Amino acid sequence: MDLKRLLKRVKPGRGAVISLPYVWLLVFFLVPFLIVLKISFASQDIAIPPFTHLMTFGDDGTLNIALNLANFQFILTDALYADTYLSSLRVAFVTTVLCLMIGYPIAYAIARARPDIRNGLLLAVMLPFWTSFLLRVYAWMGLLNQNGLINQFLVATGIVHEPLQLFHNDFSLYLVMLYAYLPFMILPLYSHLVKMDLRLLEAANDLGARPLKAFWKITLPLSKNGIIAGAMMVFIPAVGEFVIPELVGGSDTLMIGKVLWNEFFDNNNWPMASAVATFMVVLLIVPIALFHRFETRQLEGEKHV
Amino acid sequence: MMEAAVKSAQAAKTTERPYLQIAGLVKKFGDNLAVDHVDLNIQQHEIFALLGSSGCGKSTLLRMLAGMERPTSGKVILDGQDVTMLAPYDRPMNMMFQSYALFPHMSVEENIAFGLVQDKLPKGEINARVMEMLDLVQLRKYAKRKPYQLSGGQQQRVALARSLAKRPKMLLLDEPLGALDKKLRQQTQLELVNTLEKVGVTCIMVTHDQEEAMTMATRIGIMSEGQLLQVGTPSEIYEYPNCRFTAEFIGETNLFPGQVVVDEPDRVEIESSQLGNRILIDHGITGPKGMEVWTSIRPEDVRLDRRPPAAGHNAAQGKVEDIAYLGSFSIYHVKLASGKVVKSTVPSSRWYEANEEPPTWGDPVFVSWRSDLPVVLTR
Ligand SMILES: Nc1ncnc2c1ncn2[C@@H]1O[C@H](COP(=O)(O)OP(=O)(O)O)[C@@H](O)[C@H]1O
Ligand SMILES: [Mg+2]
Repeated sequence: MDLKRLLKRVKPGRGAVISLPYVWLLVFFLVPFLIVLKISFASQDIAIPPFTHLMTFGDDGTLNIALNLANFQFILTDALYADTYLSSLRVAFVTTVLCLMIGYPIAYAIARARPDIRNGLLLAVMLPFWTSFLLRVYAWMGLLNQNGLINQFLVATGIVHEPLQLFHNDFSLYLVMLYAYLPFMILPLYSHLVKMDLRLLEAANDLGARPLKAFWKITLPLSKNGIIAGAMMVFIPAVGEFVIPELVGGSDTLMIGKVLWNEFFDNNNWPMASAVATFMVVLLIVPIALFHRFETRQLEGEKHV
Repeated sequence: MMEAAVKSAQAAKTTERPYLQIAGLVKKFGDNLAVDHVDLNIQQHEIFALLGSSGCGKSTLLRMLAGMERPTSGKVILDGQDVTMLAPYDRPMNMMFQSYALFPHMSVEENIAFGLVQDKLPKGEINARVMEMLDLVQLRKYAKRKPYQLSGGQQQRVALARSLAKRPKMLLLDEPLGALDKKLRQQTQLELVNTLEKVGVTCIMVTHDQEEAMTMATRIGIMSEGQLLQVGTPSEIYEYPNCRFTAEFIGETNLFPGQVVVDEPDRVEIESSQLGNRILIDHGITGPKGMEVWTSIRPEDVRLDRRPPAAGHNAAQGKVEDIAYLGSFSIYHVKLASGKVVKSTVPSSRWYEANEEPPTWGDPVFVSWRSDLPVVLTR
């Protein structure tokens, strides 16, 4: 009797806990997205807010629904948008590869460091988060500038005679992207590498594999999930990155985030900006969905271990 | 001339240099002497068990043989080759790990093939060898499964197959059955020995389970605190322990400290205050008079009587303190006047054959033993 009552009391509580993430997603992702989607089908208007209503009531009692597809049409036909999306994907992809190449050895070294210094090293990786992201990007501007610290040093020591162009080009773009996103690659990689059973490597050695071979055959395949998780953590936000290309990238760097900003603030074209954003979300949902499917499969596999 | 050469070659073969020689092997972790000057010779086709309680250095010794730990000093010679400083991947030995260390991302057959692939054997030969191994451990049906899809016993067999696939000169097994539950372990012991004997591989296994060591091994080495205390066949170790540790570690025993008071070539008398009597032994020991010794007598060698035994020595009176009835026999705990408790294993048939009531709690009884049965230990 008592148990039954107790269960009845517990159940709604459990339901609430389980539904919390869904409520969160609904309120902060789905609803805003639907609003953006709605705006993307409107037309620009001189009003507050600056777009037309999708539905209007006629004087004669008719309901007029006007869906403006011109924005999407424009995105699909104007080569600028296709180039921008491709360029964003390329920047995100290169950033991801760079983060992986630099992040893997770092994550590996931390995971294999003595347990008593491991936490200190991890803290060092996360330390930059204590300063605002924007401030750190501005700091890079100070370093890479025509007469920034690096150039001052290079000229003063006589390594170069003229200041180098380190700023507002692909070099500075990727350098700062790498700097900003590296921790998001290192942390998931580390968490996979650190829980690996080191006896597997001893077993591989024992069966005749030299250390490098054992790394390729055992460590790397077993850290695959960490690589995928880290790549997603870097790639997805990097596609929509706005601040870094805007502040340190070259003026010719095409990024969706930048186009969005232009449409929204410079052209005051909310419907067009919304259409661009909708497109980007769709573009990103594909890798997220793939990742999600992969993750659930992975979890099912781990249940048996 | 020729004949003599052949004969001397044969003689060399029969005198048999040991297959594996371990000489003065030491491993220090900082100040901790994990393995303390171990000397050991192992013959081909032996199944040797290193037996000792947890932390005594068994695994460290095994890992030095496999090349996973660098010895602080000492030598390991396998089949005439000094392998002391060889890396694990260059040694003709393979190891079966304590919790198997199967590669989780590879199927059963990929796990077994791993070592063969490293040796760059031709594909056909690898496949043939993998099939042979799968048949050996009866896992052919499971070739495509991943380790997590197998039971503990099946995983153990995959680990065995993987470590045998390269036909190592020597197989090292670290607690090979330690991850299995008690019932499965007993059944697997014999199965494992059968497989090992079929392959004919020389083995060193490490275990803390004396029953496992006694069942599986041809010889046993008892380890304690990094030292190898005694080496012998299971019966030698049980019947002639050479120190208190071995006597108490292998099976049950009653130990009486005492001093030698009479020391003649065919007769030794030991004064033991715990027994409250003299212990007589009908053979000599090597040691001066007055020497501190321990007398070990197994419970099954201790006779229990209601009436005093004829001989005055090797006997004492006490009270029954506890009885563990185990069906065909009972273990009596008899408390002597000194407070010492002596254990005696008594067959259940003993009492009705003598037409006596079995003694019960609190009854006065006598314990005694034959003078050829005790073992005198000097350390
Ligand atoms: N890598 C190591 N570093 C420091 N001490 C170790 C290491 N490996 C083992 N030891 C120590 O050596 C001793 C023997 O350990 P081990 O050989 O694992 O014992 P067993 O296998 O008999 O249980 C223990 O005291 C253990 O703490
Ligand atoms: Mg061990």
